[in-house]
Amino acid sequence: MTETKTPQGGFVARDRDWHPAPFHPPYKTSVKRSPQAALLSFPTSASEITGPTFGHGVLGPHDADLIHNFTGESAIGPRIVVYGRVQDEFGRGVGGALVEVWQANAGGRYRHKKEGYVAALDANFGGCGRVITDAEGNYEFRTIMPGPYPWPNGMNDWRPAHIHFSVFGHGFAQRLITQMYFEGDPLIPLCPIIGTIQNPDAVKSLIAPMDMQRTVPMDARAYKFDITLRGRRQTAFETRPEGL
Amino acid sequence: MVQSLNELKESPSQTAGPYVHIGCTPNFCGIGGVYPEDLGARMKTGAVQGEEIVITGAVHDGMGMALKDALVEIWQADAAGKFPGHDADADANFSGFGRSPGDMETGRFRFDTVKPGRVRWPDGRWQAPHISVWIVARGINVGLQTRIYFSDEAEANAEDPILARLEHQMRVPTLMAQKQDDGTYLFDVHIQGPDETVFFDI
Ligand SMILES: [Fe+3]
Repeated sequence: MTETKTPQGGFVARDRDWHPAPFHPPYKTSVKRSPQAALLSFPTSASEITGPTFGHGVLGPHDADLIHNFTGESAIGPRIVVYGRVQDEFGRGVGGALVEVWQANAGGRYRHKKEGYVAALDANFGGCGRVITDAEGNYEFRTIMPGPYPWPNGMNDWRPAHIHFSVFGHGFAQRLITQMYFEGDPLIPLCPIIGTIQNPDAVKSLIAPMDMQRTVPMDARAYKFDITLRGRRQTAFETRPEGL
Repeated sequence: MVQSLNELKESPSQTAGPYVHIGCTPNFCGIGGVYPEDLGARMKTGAVQGEEIVITGAVHDGMGMALKDALVEIWQADAAGKFPGHDADADANFSGFGRSPGDMETGRFRFDTVKPGRVRWPDGRWQAPHISVWIVARGINVGLQTRIYFSDEAEANAEDPILARLEHQMRVPTLMAQKQDDGTYLFDVHIQGPDETVFFDI
């Protein structure tokens, strides 16, 4: 591992045009769950530059194996490896980042009491997993390919197959929840939740390509999903007493 | 043309959806046995320094209804203003990080924590005691950032750089946890409407 100097500055501002629009009527729930007043901007202070740190002590031995981590028996569905790198906007790997994932089973059904889809539960699939990135920011977990599912929004809306990701970087201001989609899914352009993102390149950045090179023969296909967190400025001229 | 800056774009956010608790607090929603306990459920792992406090509240939508599918996270300094895991002399029995799924029936979140000490602003001024807050839920497309300040810290609040920066000073109370008769603090969040909480772009 190479010694890298931790940048001392605050975080680069979020590009709110790249992120989804908070208010997007085709996604009906967003209508009453989006702020109307302008957000208050200010420079990141220690409260945002720092954040919770999680060591490998929080992980159990099977946390990154969603195929088996619920009962020990194998879940039903196409087996896949999802791997990638957590990096910042300057391309630096983010090591020690906690990545939590959750998803529906192969039939598109979540293990949740509010779930209303008729597809069957899989007795051996819980639907959650987590992993901590290595020093270079790499992570990997095993799961089954989630199914697409219908949801009550429009009269006939279906979510493309997806995996939900929650990511902790090094600072609380980097906190991010997003979703990974799968290359070639015909539901992607129809989805009102993906439609909250206005920029087509931003949508593309959430679609994982299949990677035959990382496939485990006779076992699991592989998908690559890199995640980019906000970057910290590197300038040495960051802290300046008031008035100077 | 000029050279490229080689900068990447932050991965765009997506809503946490209705099942965020499966991934973030699985024990809370009945998926037991995968993790021994839910992350952020306990902020104190032993005797802690400073004043121990309880903060409760709920997140309300634009119709005033409490969300029952939100996830609220907080991050704060210890009682001496030190950040666990970052400052070597921080309280070893305090994590600084809390995560609450809210009550299944009412949506009320609860944090058993300590009153944070004061932390400096980048220019050296002191900030008032505060807790960073991050809220996600179905229908929230980008996680909402705000802060909890304390109604019984009037002197420190008066000189806080962020509270002073607010153009609409009548909105300052939306950032205040109000001390209740039973000694706990109440911090209600309103995503939208006349009582809309001040949200940050930090
Ligand atoms: Fe989902």
